Amino acid sequence: METPTINDLSISIATENGTGSASANNILFKAIFKMGVPCSSKNMFPSNIQGLPTWYQIRASADGYMARKDMIDVMVMFNDATAAKDVYRVRDGGMIVYDDSTPLAASLKRDGVQYIGVPADELIQKIVPASPLRIKQRNMIYVGVLAALFGIDMETIKAVLQDAFGKKPAVIESNLVCIAAGFNHVKEKGYSQNIGRLEPIPNGNKGKIITEGNTACALGSIYGGASVICWYPITPSSSLAEAIEHYMPRLRKTDGKAAYAIVQAEDEIAAVNMIVGAGWAGARSMTSTSGPGLSLMNESIGLAYFAEIPCVIFIIQRGGPSTGLPTRTQQADIQLMYYASHGDTRHIILIPHDMKSCFDLSRRSFDFAERFQTPVFVMMDLDLGMNLWSSEPLKLEKEPFDRGKLLTAEQLDQWEKQGKKFRRYFDQDGDGIPYRTIPGNPNRKASYFTRGSGHDSDARYSEDEKDYKETLDRLRKKFETARQYVPKPIVEMNDGVRAGVICFGSSYEPVREARDRLKASGLKTNHLLLRALPLTEETRKFVEAHDVIYLVEQNRDAQMASIFKDEWPGMGAKIVSVLIYDGLPVTTLEVVRQIRQHSDGNLKEDAKWPEKKLIASI
Amino acid sequence: MAGEKVNRVNLTEKDYEGSASTMCRGCGHDAISASIMRAFFESSVDPRKVVKLSGIGCSSKTPAYFLSQSFGFNAVHGRMSAVATGANLANHTLMPIGVSGDGDTAAIGLGNFCHMMRRNVNITYVVENNGVYGLTKGQFSATADKGSVMKGGKINDIPALDICELAIILGATYIARSFSGDRKQLAPLLEGALAHKGSAILDVISPCVTFNNHEGSTKSLKYVKDHLDPIHDVDFIPFYENIEADYKEGTDHMVTLHDGSRIVLHKLGKDYDPSNKMQALNMIHASVAEGKFLTGLIYYDPNRLDFATELNLGDTPLAELGQDVLQPPAELLDRINADFMK
Repeated sequence: METPTINDLSISIATENGTGSASANNILFKAIFKMGVPCSSKNMFPSNIQGLPTWYQIRASADGYMARKDMIDVMVMFNDATAAKDVYRVRDGGMIVYDDSTPLAASLKRDGVQYIGVPADELIQKIVPASPLRIKQRNMIYVGVLAALFGIDMETIKAVLQDAFGKKPAVIESNLVCIAAGFNHVKEKGYSQNIGRLEPIPNGNKGKIITEGNTACALGSIYGGASVICWYPITPSSSLAEAIEHYMPRLRKTDGKAAYAIVQAEDEIAAVNMIVGAGWAGARSMTSTSGPGLSLMNESIGLAYFAEIPCVIFIIQRGGPSTGLPTRTQQADIQLMYYASHGDTRHIILIPHDMKSCFDLSRRSFDFAERFQTPVFVMMDLDLGMNLWSSEPLKLEKEPFDRGKLLTAEQLDQWEKQGKKFRRYFDQDGDGIPYRTIPGNPNRKASYFTRGSGHDSDARYSEDEKDYKETLDRLRKKFETARQYVPKPIVEMNDGVRAGVICFGSSYEPVREARDRLKASGLKTNHLLLRALPLTEETRKFVEAHDVIYLVEQNRDAQMASIFKDEWPGMGAKIVSVLIYDGLPVTTLEVVRQIRQHSDGNLKEDAKWPEKKLIASI
Repeated sequence: MAGEKVNRVNLTEKDYEGSASTMCRGCGHDAISASIMRAFFESSVDPRKVVKLSGIGCSSKTPAYFLSQSFGFNAVHGRMSAVATGANLANHTLMPIGVSGDGDTAAIGLGNFCHMMRRNVNITYVVENNGVYGLTKGQFSATADKGSVMKGGKINDIPALDICELAIILGATYIARSFSGDRKQLAPLLEGALAHKGSAILDVISPCVTFNNHEGSTKSLKYVKDHLDPIHDVDFIPFYENIEADYKEGTDHMVTLHDGSRIVLHKLGKDYDPSNKMQALNMIHASVAEGKFLTGLIYYDPNRLDFATELNLGDTPLAELGQDVLQPPAELLDRINADFMK
C-alpha cells in the first residue's frame, strides 16, 4: 500500500462534449481552489459542439506546480467512446471512476487500479424527471463522488455554486441535489482509497485570481486604450475579442456614447485592413486571430510595416498546418509572425507567460505599436489563452500612454517657427523612427500620402533605387532601436552552472517544475524566460555564458532556435532544442526526459516514460 | 488670389489640385479626377477634412492627382473598403473618398466591398470602370461584358458583374452610374454623394484608351458614348443655397440629402423614383438586356443610418480620445480581480 499524498493529485475527466461537463468540471476545480490548494486545469476539447470526446485535467499541487501532470491518479471514465483507451491512461495504483448502472465490459477491466462504481444513470433518473437537463446534470454526480473520495466538503461545493449561480437559487439547488447524490453514494457504500487527500490550506490561495489568458489580454487591451477592435471568429482567439465585447461597455463609460468600435469582420483580411485603416487614422487598433487568420493577414501586415502604421495583432496559436488541430495548443507560428509578409520584414513580438504578463504586455503593446509605428504581435498559445490559470491579481501600472513621435497641429506650428519641415519618412533623430501626423490634423503641412508602394522620405511615390534602399535600411535601423525597448527577459543565474534553459509562453510552468526535478536529480540549470522578439543583449549574454542551452518550444522545426542561430550563428552549436508538439499542454516529464536524454546520453530511470501501459496522459 | 473664384471656405479650384497625373493621355480616369476636384470645390469642402483612399490599379493611383492637402492612403489590392471602414471608425468626422477600379472592387476586393456596403460605411466610393486590367496590360475584369473582345481577339464569355445592381442588393444607400466624359452629370452626382452620409457608390464608366478602346470592345470610348442611357438630367443644389429649384411637378424628382442639399432629377422620358428598389433593379436589368449603360441616380435610401452612427460613436473621434477616457480607473480592475477570486 502506498502512502496517500496530501494535496498532490491529478484527475482526468473523460466526457462527451455538449453534455454539460464543462460546468461540472469548473465546479470541481473552483472547489479545490477555494480550499486554498494551488491547482490548475487543462481543457482538452474537440473542434466540435456536441458528441466528441473531451478531457479535463485538474492538478492539485501543494508545491504550486501548474503544469499538466504527466501521471493521471484518477480517471473519471464517463465517455463510453474513449473508455477502452481511458482505462490505460491512469497510472498503476491509480483509480477509475465509472458508471456501474450497467456492468463494466470485461475489456475495460485492468489490473493494478482501483475501480469505483457509481450508478450515475440510475441516480440521475431518480433525481431529474425526464427532461433535456438530465444528460447535463448526470455529470454533477462525479463531482460529488470525487468530493467524497478525496475530501472536499459539501459546504465548499455549496459556496462555489453560490459564487457561480448566486442569483439563481433554483439552479444551485438542482445541481446540489445531483452532487449530493454522488457524495452520499460514496459514503453509503463506504468506499475509501489510499491515493491521496485534499486538505484545506488556510489562506492558501488568498489574493489569487483564476482567469484565462484571453480574458487577461482583453482587459489589458481595454486598459491599453484599444478603441477599434476588428476580428473574425476563429478558435482559440474568439474568446479574446468576446471578452472585450463583454467588458468594454462596463469599463469604458462615456455619456451614453461608445468610446470604442468593435467590428466582427467578414474575414481576417478585412479585420487586419480595418485596423490598419484605424491605426493610420490615429486610433489604437487591434485584432486577434490564430494561425490560419495570420496566414490570410500576411499581405496587409507588410503594408503596415512598410507604410509604418501602428496596430496590434494577437495570435493565439493552435495546431497547424492548415486547419490542423484547431482546439489544441502549439507554438508553431513564431516565424510566420516574426517575418510576416513578403519582402524583407521583421516584427516586434511580445510574449506573455502568465496572467499578469498577458494583461501587462497587452496594455503596453499599443505603446510599442505607436512608438515604432508598426504592427506589433502579442504571441499567445491556446494553453495560455483558453485554460484557467491561477495568478496574482491583475495590476494596472499607472503610466502615460506612449504615443510615440506623433505631431499635433501646434507642434507642427512650432516646427515651422524653428524652420523645421515635417517629412513623414525622414529619419530626423537617427533612430530610424520618423515623425507621424494623423488625418484630421488641421495644419496645412500635416498631410501626406501613405502607400504600400515605394516612397521617398517625403512620402512621395518613388521607384528610385536609392530611395528604396534607404527606406529598407531605415526600417531595419528602427527594428534595431526596438531591440533596446522591448521587454527584457527574466533571468535566473547561479554561478558555476553550465547549462541554461530558455523558454517562453505556456512552457514556463512545466520548465519551472522540470528544473526543480532536474536539480533534485543532480542537474542544475540556469533559466531565461524570453518575453519579446527581437532578441536582446541579455539573451545573447545568457547564451554566451553557458556550455549548453536547452531551448524549449512547442513546434517541430525549432522555429525559435532558428531565430537564435540567425542572430548569433557562432553560438548556434550550443543550442539543444527541446521540442514538444503533440498539441497538448506541455508536461514536466517531457521536458525532463528530453533534457536528460541529451545530458546523460541515455535515459535515467526516473525519466523513463512508462509507455507499455500508458497511451497518452490526457 | 485676385480675380480667381473662391468658394465658401475661401479656397480656389487650384487648392483642390494634386500632383501631375501619370495616366495615359486621354484616359477617362483623368476626367473623373477633374470632376472630383470640381465637386469638392463646388461643395466647399475643406480638404483637411477629407481622406482619400484607394487600392491597387491605374484608378487607385489617381487620389495622388487631386486634393494634395488631404491625407491619402493607397492600400493593397482590393482592400480599400476595409481600410476605409477602419479609418472611418477611428475618425468619423472626416469625409472619405475612395477611388477604385473594376478589378480592385469587383474581383479581388469583392468580399470586402460587399460588406462595406452591408454596413453602410460613410464613404464616397468611385469605381473607375473600364472592364479591363490596365496596369497589368489588358486582361478582362469581372465587369467585362459577355461577348466583348479583348485586344488580342479573345472573347469574354462570362456575364459582367453589375456594380450598381450589387450595391442595391447589399444595402448601399446612394447609388449612381455615370460616364467619365460627362462632367455635367458626374459632378453633381459626386456632390450629392459627398453630401450623403452612408455608402455612396458611383460606378463610372471610364474607357481605357490603351487596352480596351478597339472595335469589338463594349467599353471603348465610342461604344460607351453610343450606348449611354441616362435616366434624367441631374442638378445639385447645395444646402446653403436657399434658391427655388428649377423643379417641375410631374416631370422632375427632388431628393433631399442628409446635410440639406438637394438633387433635382429632370425626367428624360421615363418616370423614375430612385427610392424604389425594385424599380431600380428592373431598370438596370432592362438596360443591360438592351446592351446599354443606364446612368443617373439609380437608387437612394435616406433612412438607413451609417455604420458609425449604428455603433453609437460620440462626437469626438475615437482617434482623439485621451487616456482619461480610454483607460478605465484602476478600481474597476480591482472589482474584476475580486470576481476572479470566486
